[in-house]
Amino acid sequence: MATMTIDKAGPTRKVKYGSMSRDRAWALRWSYFFLVIFVIFFLTPPVYMLITSLKSSAEISAATNPWWVSRPTLDNYVALLTSNQFLRFFWNSAIVSILVVSITMLIAVPAAFALSRMRFWGSTILGTGVFLTYLIPETLLFIPLFKLFVVFSDWTGIQLINRWYVLLFIYPTLTVPFCTWIMIGYFASIPKELDEAAIIDGASWFQTLTRIFIPVALPGLIAATIFAFTVSWAQFLYPLVFTTSTDQLVMPVGIITTLIKGDVFNWGQIMTGALLGAAPPLIIYAFLMDYYIAGLTAGATKG
Amino acid sequence: MADVALQPGSTAATRTAKKRSSLRNVLGRKSTIAFLMALPLILLIATLVVYPAFYALHLATLNKSMARFVGFGNFEFLFKRETFWLVVKQSCIFAITAVLFKALLGFIIAHFVHNIPAKGQRKWRGMLLVPWVIPPAMSTLAWLWLFDPSYSAFNYTLGLFGAGPIPWTGDAMWARFSVILVNIWVGAPFFMIMYLAALKSVPDQLYEAAAIDGANWWQRIWYVTLPMMRNIIAITTLFSLIVTFANFDIVRILTAGGPLDHTHIFATWAFRVGIEGSDIPLGASVSLFMVPILAVAAIFILRDIAKRGNEA
Amino acid sequence: MAEVSLRKVVKRYDEVEAVRGIDLDIADHEFVVLVGPSGCGKSTTLRMIAGLEDISDGDILIGGDVVNDVPPKDRDIAMVFQNYALYPHMTVAENMSFGLRLKRYPKAEIKARIDEAARMLDISELIDRKPKQLSGGQRQRVAMGRAIVRNPKVFLFDEPLSNLDAKLRVQMRIEIKKVHQKVRTTTVYVTHDQVEAMTLADRVVVMNHGRIEQIGTPNELYHNPATRFVASFIGSPAMNFIPCQLEDAAGKLQVRLTDKLAFPLPPARASRYQKISRSDKLLLGIRPEHVTEASAHIEPGVEPFNATLDVTEPMGMETLIYFNMHGAQVCGRVSPNAGAQDGAPLRLAVDLNNMHLLNEVTGAVL
Repeated sequence: MATMTIDKAGPTRKVKYGSMSRDRAWALRWSYFFLVIFVIFFLTPPVYMLITSLKSSAEISAATNPWWVSRPTLDNYVALLTSNQFLRFFWNSAIVSILVVSITMLIAVPAAFALSRMRFWGSTILGTGVFLTYLIPETLLFIPLFKLFVVFSDWTGIQLINRWYVLLFIYPTLTVPFCTWIMIGYFASIPKELDEAAIIDGASWFQTLTRIFIPVALPGLIAATIFAFTVSWAQFLYPLVFTTSTDQLVMPVGIITTLIKGDVFNWGQIMTGALLGAAPPLIIYAFLMDYYIAGLTAGATKG
Repeated sequence: MADVALQPGSTAATRTAKKRSSLRNVLGRKSTIAFLMALPLILLIATLVVYPAFYALHLATLNKSMARFVGFGNFEFLFKRETFWLVVKQSCIFAITAVLFKALLGFIIAHFVHNIPAKGQRKWRGMLLVPWVIPPAMSTLAWLWLFDPSYSAFNYTLGLFGAGPIPWTGDAMWARFSVILVNIWVGAPFFMIMYLAALKSVPDQLYEAAAIDGANWWQRIWYVTLPMMRNIIAITTLFSLIVTFANFDIVRILTAGGPLDHTHIFATWAFRVGIEGSDIPLGASVSLFMVPILAVAAIFILRDIAKRGNEA
Repeated sequence: MAEVSLRKVVKRYDEVEAVRGIDLDIADHEFVVLVGPSGCGKSTTLRMIAGLEDISDGDILIGGDVVNDVPPKDRDIAMVFQNYALYPHMTVAENMSFGLRLKRYPKAEIKARIDEAARMLDISELIDRKPKQLSGGQRQRVAMGRAIVRNPKVFLFDEPLSNLDAKLRVQMRIEIKKVHQKVRTTTVYVTHDQVEAMTLADRVVVMNHGRIEQIGTPNELYHNPATRFVASFIGSPAMNFIPCQLEDAAGKLQVRLTDKLAFPLPPARASRYQKISRSDKLLLGIRPEHVTEASAHIEPGVEPFNATLDVTEPMGMETLIYFNMHGAQVCGRVSPNAGAQDGAPLRLAVDLNNMHLLNEVTGAVL
C-alpha cells in the first residue's frame, strides 16, 4: 500500500508498470483459471466414459442426470471381462502391439545407427526418404495394400486376409519411420569422441552399438517403444480393412463392431469397453509420461 | 622384422597400389555393414509404402472388376459426381479449420502452462495431454455417446439452461461442427506440447530486452515468440495438415460420413466406395486425389522451412 | 619396442592438404609434443597415428611395423581425448576396463590393473562413481587411467588439458609428467599451448600449416629457433622483432635500428654474421628478458639506450614494459623497483649476446 501513495505523489506515470509482482499474481490467476477450463474440456469425455461405465442399462435408459451415477455397478466390467470374445480382442491387441514394437525396434535401431553414424552411399537420400514417408498417409495406402495382399494370398495360397498376423507387416509402416527418426536424433546427440574411444578400446561396430549407444540413448529407446506401442494399439483403419472375423479383431475394431448390435446400443458396456481399450496407453502414459513427451518433442525439434 | 627391412626396398608404386586395395577393403566393409543395417528399413519402405503408392496409380486406371484398363475413366466418373466435389470441399474445410484451431488452442494453452511455476507445470501438462494418449477410436465413442440424439449429456446440460437440444450428428452443419470439434479435442494437446517445448527454448533475455524496449504482451508474442518458433510452427502445421486431411477414425465412428454424405472426407468416402462398395479402383482414385493437394501444401511449407534454414 | 616413425606422411581432404609430408622418428620411452596454432595439422597427425584418420600418402610405423592399414584396436595404442570421452552410463571402473573386457582378459587381471592405475592417479575412492559425479580434473584422470590399464605401446594425448581451468592445468601437467616417469610409455602429446610443450616434452615438434618447422628439445627451441615462426611461438611474452640492417662502422660490424640508434655486435656474433649482405632487410630478434633496465655495471655485449615507455604491466615479481623502436612494439622485463612508469623515459639495456638475426623476407634465423 505504501507504494501506491508514493505513485500518486510522484510525476504521472503509466500505471501499467505499477507493481511487477501484482501483475505477475494476476497473470498467474488468469492462467490457472483458463487452465482449469481447458482441463475440463479435455477431461470431460474420459471422465464421462468412466461415469457411464459404472451405470446399469436401466439407469442409462432412465435418462436421469447423465453426469452422476446414483447406483454404481460393476456389472459392465464383469460382463466384458468374462466375455471370451472381449478377452480375445484384448489378447489380439496385446500380441499384435508387443510384436510390432519388437519388430519396429529391431528395424529402426540398427537403421538409425547406420544413418546417423556410418556414412554410406545413399544415406542422406534414405534419411530424407524416411521423413518423406510420413507425407504418404495410411488412408492412401490402405486400398492398394488390401488389393496387394489379396493378390498375394491368391497367388501363394498363404492366407493373408482376415488374419491378425497380417497386421504385423502393415503396422511397422506406421511406426518404423518415426521411431527411426527419434533414434537418429538421440544417436546424433552422442559425441563422436565416444565412438572413437570405443574404437580405440577395440569395439566392433556391433559392440559399439550394443554396449555404448543403446545404453546411452536409453531414454530415446523408451520413448520410441512407447510411441510404437501406442500407435499400434490405437490402430483402427488397417484392422478394419484387413480383419473381419470376430476372433481376429483387435480392440478398437472389436468394440465398435460387436458391441453395437443392430439398433441396440448397450452404452454401459460400450463405454466400459472403450475405457478398457484406452487403459493400456493411459497406464503407460501415467508411469512414463516424461519419456512419452520427450519422444514427441524430440522427433519434431530435431527434425 | 625382415619385412620391415624389405619394405623400403620395394617400389613406391607397388606399395601405394597395395595400400589402396586393402584400404578399399576396409572402407567397403564399413559401408556394407551400414547398408545391411539399414536394409530392413529400405525393404519395408520400398515394398509396403512406395510400391503400394504406385500400385494405387495403376489400380485407379482399371475398371470396377479390374479386368480392363480404363485410363482416366474413374476420374472422369468422379468429377461428374456431386458427392465427390462435396467430399473435396469438406475435406479441405475440415482440415484447414481444424488445424487452424488446433494450432491456436495449442499455442494459447502452451502459454498458460509456460506461465505457471515450473514445479506445477508437470501435472497440468499431464492432464492436458490425455486426449492425445487415448486411442482416437475410443475417445470418439465417448463423443458419440455425448452427442447421442436421445441421451446426449450436452443436451441435458443445455436443457438445464433452457436451451434447445442440438442435433449434434443429425443436422449437416452441426455434424460438421461436431467432427471438427472432436478433431480439435484430439489434436490440440499435440500442438500444446510442441509449442511448450519451443517456448522453453526462447531465451528469457529476449523477452527482458523487449520489455525494456517497451513492448506489451501482444507485441512480445508477435516480435519475439513467433519468429523464434517459426520452424516448429511450420513443421507441426505440415504434419497436422496431412494427418487431419487423411483422418478416418473420427468421421467414420461419429457420423460414418452422414448425414447424407455431408461429413464425408476422402478417407471415409474411399472406404465406403472402395471396400464397402467393392470398387477398388474407384476407391483408389478417390484416395489418390489427396496426393496433389497434400503435395502442394507440403511444398509450400517445406520451402518456407528451407528458406528459414538458409537465412539462419 | 615402441618407436613411432612417420615417413613423408600426407593427409589430403579433397584438394586441400592438411598435413604436407611429415618425417618424424620417436624413440622408445620418449615424450614428444606436437605443438602449433589451430589448423596446423597436429591433431590430424595424431589421429593418423591412432588410425582414426586414413593416411593419404606416406607410412606410419609403430614398433617397426607399418600400420597404415591396421585398425586402431590392433595398433596397441591408447588415447586420451580433449573431452575425456568417458562412457556416461558406466562407472569409473567399467570405463577403465572396457577395452580389457572386450578382449576378454581374466577378471583378476583386470581388477589388478585397475587398482594399480587408480592408485597411481589417486582416484581409488572414485572407482564406483559415474562420470557425471566427477569434476573435470577427476574425469581427465579417469581418461588417463583408461589408457594406462591397456598397457599399450604408445600413449596419444589430444589436447587433454584444454578444457580445464588454469590452476587445474598446472596440477594435471605435473600428474602427467609423474605418470610418464613411472610408466615410461612412448607418448605423443598434442597441444596448442607452448608452456605445456616446454614443460612436458623430451622433444618438441613445432608445426605450422601442415609442416614441421623445427624439432628439438625445449632448450634448443628456446635458445636456437630455426625460423621466425618458432622464435615467436615459443616463449611468453613472445620474442621481439625489430627491423634493422647490418652496417660496418669503424671496422666493426653493427646493427642499425634507426637513424639515431645502432648497436655494435659482440665479437662472437660479429664473426657469425660477417657474410650477410649489408643491404638485406633484417629483423633483430631479442627476447623480453634480454631487454632490461640498465645497471651501473655494463657487461660486454650489453648495450644501453634510452626509451620512452608506452605502457607498463606490473606483474609482481617483475614489470613488463612496452615501448616503440623503429616502428615495432618492443616488450621488456624490468625489476619492479626500476622506476618504470607509463609514458616516462627509462634507461634500458639490451643483451646482444642472446640476439638473433632473421631475414625479414624468408623468416629464416641466420
